[in-house]
Amino acid sequence: MLRKIWAITKKNILMYYLKGPVLIFGVLFPLFLFLAFYIGRSLSAAFLIPGLLAMTLFFTSTSVSPVIMPWETQMKTLERLISCPITVRTMIFGDILASFIFGIIISIVPVVIGMVMGVGVKAPLTLGAAIIIGAFAFSSLGLLFSTIPTDLVSNVMMLSNLVKFPLIFISGIFIPISDLPDWGVAVASLSPLTYFTDIARFSIEGYAFYPLYLDFLLLIASAVLFLVLAVKLHERTLVRRF
Amino acid sequence: MEAIVAEDLSKSFNGLKAVDRVSFSVHEGEIFGFLGPNGAGKTTTVRILTGVIEPDSGKASVLGFDVVKEKLKAREKIGVVPEAANAYPDLSVWKNMMLTAALYGIERKKAEAKADELLRVFGISERKDSRVKTLSKGMKQRLMLSMALVSDPELLFLDEPTSGLDVASARIIREKIMELSREGRTIFLTSHNMEEVSMLCDRVGIINHGRIVAVERPGDLRDRIGGSLAVEVEFDRKVDLTGFPDVKARGNRYVLYTTDAHDTICSIVDFASRNGLRITGLNLHAPSLEDVFLKLTGGESDA
Repeated sequence: MLRKIWAITKKNILMYYLKGPVLIFGVLFPLFLFLAFYIGRSLSAAFLIPGLLAMTLFFTSTSVSPVIMPWETQMKTLERLISCPITVRTMIFGDILASFIFGIIISIVPVVIGMVMGVGVKAPLTLGAAIIIGAFAFSSLGLLFSTIPTDLVSNVMMLSNLVKFPLIFISGIFIPISDLPDWGVAVASLSPLTYFTDIARFSIEGYAFYPLYLDFLLLIASAVLFLVLAVKLHERTLVRRF
Repeated sequence: MEAIVAEDLSKSFNGLKAVDRVSFSVHEGEIFGFLGPNGAGKTTTVRILTGVIEPDSGKASVLGFDVVKEKLKAREKIGVVPEAANAYPDLSVWKNMMLTAALYGIERKKAEAKADELLRVFGISERKDSRVKTLSKGMKQRLMLSMALVSDPELLFLDEPTSGLDVASARIIREKIMELSREGRTIFLTSHNMEEVSMLCDRVGIINHGRIVAVERPGDLRDRIGGSLAVEVEFDRKVDLTGFPDVKARGNRYVLYTTDAHDTICSIVDFASRNGLRITGLNLHAPSLEDVFLKLTGGESDA
């Protein structure tokens, strides 16, 4: 089963990493959002880098997985794929893994930018674990968006952005959670990205709003929830793609 | 042993019955042709048998494996060329072959040897490093067949494998189908090409409006209609021949099935002179598989 998952992952890497929507929403968007936020404001690099890292990981991990299913439906490659002796789960894990790897690779960029700007990582192991769990959770979330049985990538990207953009603004990226009013904290607690951002701030700035174990627990719970939902929904909707 | 057994298969989409209590069996080692007009339920049947979709009711087995409960075991033994399916356009021919082999769990070295052999047999080995999107339609279809054969399947599902292909590609595929059959493999073939079905298939199943209307050998099917001779007549303009029994229109041509050619031809000549028509063509022949198909499906022209 692992070999089959890896075969699908490799196919996804070769097919989708350089597609327009993936590069636009996965690489350019977080960069432009960051620049819009950063330019003209006197903010410390130590504050900026965790936010940039969180935003980058979130956008990149959710950029590959949503486009695979609609694209495969449109290209008529999906029927050939599922006529092979593989389960829907194998296919989904292959899709998530491709998104996961993309997220991890691109998230190294803000860490390096931080180092160049003189911002070191105080807790590298904690940050590494958070990036791995976060990339998995967000890749699974991305796959959840593509459960609608459409062959139009634009429909899936629209839904995906409808959910992703509000999450960016309520997850402590631009404004620290500690500066939010009570209702803001309550809203932030609904976003899985909040917990990743909190761990990133702990790893780079040295403080976190929530206890670290709670951040990890809720990030893992989000990953499991998104994965289970993605598997169940894709198993149900896959046949409606034909 | 039967390679495929379908029992009372039914499948509806949005309340419309695509497949309605379909039952048939395919013997091991035979080439089974599956014909029907567009929308008759051919592709839905193939999708049920290959485990892509599940039937609403009824059951089917492929090489002894239930297509719902044991679909992975069944898929390990079959090769599929779905209708209008594509290989990955941005991957090379070789990478598509290796991907398929990996999905069938074939060891790398074995897969490479098999892929080399298949690409050579299908005449596309010199394009193995080309991206699929640069191949012609015929080459793409040859690749699809190579991909379906990389796991050395016992049973092949070929959904319109030669549709829209150039003569050379269609010929290569037909020859390969016959060779695979000689090797003892079972082939389930849907096709629009009556001549192809007539030439290749041991038995033919005809489906119309989701229901099986006949499963017989091509020769037996031809014998089955009308007793039987086909009188094909062409007039200089369209006419209404509804007064004649058992007639099918094909543009300005009409095919009349009869047991008495003399009486039928006399009636046609009489009809033409009474209506001031010129007979521009007249043929008498045993009914072709196409005639059988048109008669059994009520004259719908797409197989």
